Amino acid sequence: MTKRKEKIVLPLIAVFLGFILGSLIVILTGRSPLAMYAAIVKGFSGIDIMYGQPLNSRYIGEFIIQSMPIILTGLAFAFAQRTGLFSIGAEGQLMVGSLAATAVALLVRAPKVIHLPMVMLAAILAGALWGAIPGLLKAKFRVHEVVVTIMMNYIALHLNNFTILNIFGSVDRVKTAPFPETALLKSPFLESITRNSRLNWGFIPVIIALLIFSFIINKTTFGYSLRAVGYNKEAARYAGMKVDRNIISSMAIAGAFAGLAGAVITVGTFNFGRALPAAEGYGFDGIAVALVGGNEASGILLAGMLFGGLKAAQPLMQSQGIPREIAGIIQASIVLFVAMKYGIKMVLDRFEKKQAPTTEGDRV
Amino acid sequence: MTFEMFLQMFPIALMFSAPIILTALGGLFSERSGIVNIALEGIMMVGAFTGATVTVLLEGSNPAAAWYGLLAGLAAGLVFSILHAVASINLKADQVISGTALNILAGGLTVYLCQIIFHQQRTRAFSNGIQKFSVPFLSDIPVLGRMFFKEIYPTFYIAIVAVFLTWFVVYKTPLGLRMRSCGEHPQAAASMGINVYRMRYFGVLVSGALGGLGGAVMVLTADIQYTLVSIHGTGFISLASLVFGRWNPFGVMWAGLFFGFSTALSFYAKDIPLLKSLPGEFFYIIPYLFTIVALIFFAGKSVGPKAAGEIYDSGKR
Repeated sequence: MTKRKEKIVLPLIAVFLGFILGSLIVILTGRSPLAMYAAIVKGFSGIDIMYGQPLNSRYIGEFIIQSMPIILTGLAFAFAQRTGLFSIGAEGQLMVGSLAATAVALLVRAPKVIHLPMVMLAAILAGALWGAIPGLLKAKFRVHEVVVTIMMNYIALHLNNFTILNIFGSVDRVKTAPFPETALLKSPFLESITRNSRLNWGFIPVIIALLIFSFIINKTTFGYSLRAVGYNKEAARYAGMKVDRNIISSMAIAGAFAGLAGAVITVGTFNFGRALPAAEGYGFDGIAVALVGGNEASGILLAGMLFGGLKAAQPLMQSQGIPREIAGIIQASIVLFVAMKYGIKMVLDRFEKKQAPTTEGDRV
Repeated sequence: MTFEMFLQMFPIALMFSAPIILTALGGLFSERSGIVNIALEGIMMVGAFTGATVTVLLEGSNPAAAWYGLLAGLAAGLVFSILHAVASINLKADQVISGTALNILAGGLTVYLCQIIFHQQRTRAFSNGIQKFSVPFLSDIPVLGRMFFKEIYPTFYIAIVAVFLTWFVVYKTPLGLRMRSCGEHPQAAASMGINVYRMRYFGVLVSGALGGLGGAVMVLTADIQYTLVSIHGTGFISLASLVFGRWNPFGVMWAGLFFGFSTALSFYAKDIPLLKSLPGEFFYIIPYLFTIVALIFFAGKSVGPKAAGEIYDSGKR
């Protein structure tokens, strides 16, 4: 199997196996997998197979909403991964991004054309800074980024809660005062064409981020040198590339994507800052998205939409009597199967070898 | 802070330390054998869910239900960790990805099963978890008795016994030596006839058992039921203890005690003049912040197992 074909076939097999395993669990616990698939179809399109309802743009809007942040955290994980780095830190970078967005949204008074870009920029910078720290520690002290990024996720969580509760003030210990209109991505137009879904302009920065990711990685010398560091650090150093600086920049750019995700959630889906009892899992969703998407922009877009749709289908599953957590189980199994690609490849190769003699025989 | 308050803090701090120490020891086995295990958080969740469920279901008929809960948590953690072992040892999966998958899976699976068994997002509350007790005679010793022997959860003693057992197994037995060699240089270990795969299975499965036990201990001492946030990052704090304790059983014990105390301190801070002005979040951040500082401090010194995280390639020199 060629490398290219592998990159497409293996994730598809993993997705397939993940759904099989999910269905098995549903069957074993005495529920109907058909109801689950019906809920998933409805989550993507609003089409109700069981009760015969037609396409409903409200559901499409909601599923896009769910996809936006996890596409961005997927880009964050993938960008670091292309430089050979393992950043589990998107979760925390997203939270500081969301915190920075909250701060600018609440504290600055300006017309929308200035205010909204400021909110986005603040989130991007905060995420980049939070990402640059583990990058710096890796470059300067050779400290492994996995442990540092995990620890920084929790620091971000508590920092966020502290700031929201003590500095911005919260009546109910959960959320801040609502943001002014000028800071929001909300759009009455988008809401009206999707029958009052929460769809907002957030998808535009997401598309720009996808293009930037693809451009930096594939079209620039900088991206080339990042990838070179990912392939072989020592060779890249020998070729005169600034390995340490690349590690820091890569982590910072990855953080920027995650930070942007924070803004998209905070001023898009919501219109207030939030104190969180625990991490919400956007960072881990992003890892799943990036792995299934093969760390490529196009793959990440598709995988993000797949998992976004699954998330959107969760309440629908619940109302069908299937615990909503099945979506998380399917997602985790898909990641596990992607991680097991060596095993899947072994099975596929054996399968191909078995067929090989007959094709040769045909040729003779 | 009064001395009285200091004494009062001990049982609570030790209660929080026990699951951290147990789970971190699990991580020690896994990483010493060469497999990075960031799935500790998920393993704890599975152990906690199983421990709470078994306790709830048995408690009507069996006075020792919580103890069966602990055993069930241990067994469930062990079984769950097989996934990590198969993926990262046999199928050469990246250990961080496999661990991440297990963490996501644990959150989904435990709450899914709660919904199936209890028809809600959490287990039913158990009426009695593990009970506190006082050690006869020893609890009468002035000061020391109050600190370590009076109204203490027995799980703390289990954790301390586990520390000594771990030290003995890892440093004083041929099994431990072989396991450590697989974490340092698996190819060299293999050349001496050691079965690297088997050693790594041993490491990962022990980490599953200890992590599962840690999770069950946590829910049955510090909680009244299992919910999605019962473990809230304790698995990662255990990972932090492992790093902070320099991959050494006694180091892990001190780190676990330290983090246990910092958690307890967050409850008492409002009564301590010097700490009163600090927000509670400050204490939550301590374990994570200290671990990063420790990592910087250890930088360049080889403290962790050298081959941990690398995919084993028997043909590599």
